[in-house]
Amino acid sequence: MSYIDFLFEFSPKLLTGAYITALQMLCASALAILVSLTFGLLRLSKNRLATGFATVYIEFFRGTSLLVQLYWIYYVLPLMGLTLDAFEAGFIAIGLNFGAYGAEIVRGSIQAVPKGQWEAATALNMSPSLRMRRIIIPQTFSILLPPASNLLVELLKATSLVALITVVDLMFVAKQINATTWLSAQTFGTALVIYYVMARFALTPFLRWLEILAARKVGKV
Amino acid sequence: MNVLSERNEMNQSSSISAPDENPMVRFSGVTKRYGNLTVLDNLDLDVSANEMVSIIGPSGSGKTTVLRMLMTLETIDQGIIYVDGNPLTHMERNGEMVFANERYLRTQRNNIGMVFQQFNLFPHMTALENCIEAPINVLGLKRDEAEQRAIDLLRMVGMLGKKDEHPTRLSGGQQQRVAIARALAMRPKVMLLDEVTSALDPEVIGEVLNVIRALNSEHNLTMLMVTHQMGFAREISDRVCFFYKGKIAEQGTPDQIFNDPQNDRTKQFLSAVLDAN
Repeated sequence: MSYIDFLFEFSPKLLTGAYITALQMLCASALAILVSLTFGLLRLSKNRLATGFATVYIEFFRGTSLLVQLYWIYYVLPLMGLTLDAFEAGFIAIGLNFGAYGAEIVRGSIQAVPKGQWEAATALNMSPSLRMRRIIIPQTFSILLPPASNLLVELLKATSLVALITVVDLMFVAKQINATTWLSAQTFGTALVIYYVMARFALTPFLRWLEILAARKVGKV
Repeated sequence: MNVLSERNEMNQSSSISAPDENPMVRFSGVTKRYGNLTVLDNLDLDVSANEMVSIIGPSGSGKTTVLRMLMTLETIDQGIIYVDGNPLTHMERNGEMVFANERYLRTQRNNIGMVFQQFNLFPHMTALENCIEAPINVLGLKRDEAEQRAIDLLRMVGMLGKKDEHPTRLSGGQQQRVAIARALAMRPKVMLLDEVTSALDPEVIGEVLNVIRALNSEHNLTMLMVTHQMGFAREISDRVCFFYKGKIAEQGTPDQIFNDPQNDRTKQFLSAVLDAN
């Protein structure tokens, strides 16, 4: 079977898998962003309980394997009465895990906003929440987007792990095709190219555009 | 009531030269330490309403700390600060004076405005937006009203033509003039100017000083200014305070301080600074 024939026969299936990968990526990213903001802000809270809770969360999810977390959420939680389907378990595990890394980026970016900005806001008698919402957070975007972009590309590639809990994503489809055709080079080669195209020609330009937008907003460009 | 009686006691016990019974700003026995370093040592200082006080002195003498404590950017270790008759750093709880919490500070801080050495304009907002942000979200002004106020102030500081520019598109002098307008938009009773020309190129210092001159002559504002511009301090101040090692080593009219200083430290400092100029 020539590679052209291979593509004709299997690309619809591979593209369906890629579509599921993209959905996993979107859902996991949304959750990761939510988790990052929440725990990043909690880490900076003056309340020790909140800081402690955030630290434990971040340490736990950064310190243990994503694959094991995935298995826990899919295979162990049902034993405790919480059953999630494979798709949900997949993006939840990835979102929670990457959120822990993102929280540290959020914390670092907030702390990187110059002290003078906090003081100017205080001198204008802004409440701490107003200061955070209107002055500090808008200035963090240009600081956090470069490392956050890195993390999101990493997240896209990490979604391939969900194949192991039976989510029919690009990796799962590729393994199926490989199992029936034994055309490993073509199958996994094509999968690699599809992951690369998604990261390089869709995700990266989008994130780069956001970076420019954020930098322009604070007059850095 | 407790506050008032405490103030009366202090009036009697204090030996400050200003005889004002109702000063706009009063530092009473204020001490500030960073670890073992005492930055301000039992400071007593009264500033009358509409008075322009310049604070001069060598670096590390506690000049800027005075302003930062008054803006509540630093806590104090001992003593108490009053603004317009109300305690600023403390509040009354169950008949006792305790350190003010954030909620109490927010009721008092509107009386005070500050202009910083590094301008600290918000980079994600235009000049106009910088000036309306707090009036709308802190004072609760309607947008039209806040914009009108900001436009009047930007015109006063000569920055109306640049109202839609972001700070990065403005020169240092222009940014500082916007920062002055931003502070004034809150209608403070006390304005604090912290080395407002120190970060500026020499050729734009004049434009900022002109704005401060106009402020001083045309508005009812109490001003405290930390400055290295001796000529300007001499020209504009009602009173000059020379700080040395966390204390006021000498204070008086510009004429007294610059023409006939009594304290050796003042003489040394002035001759060094005037030589450099």
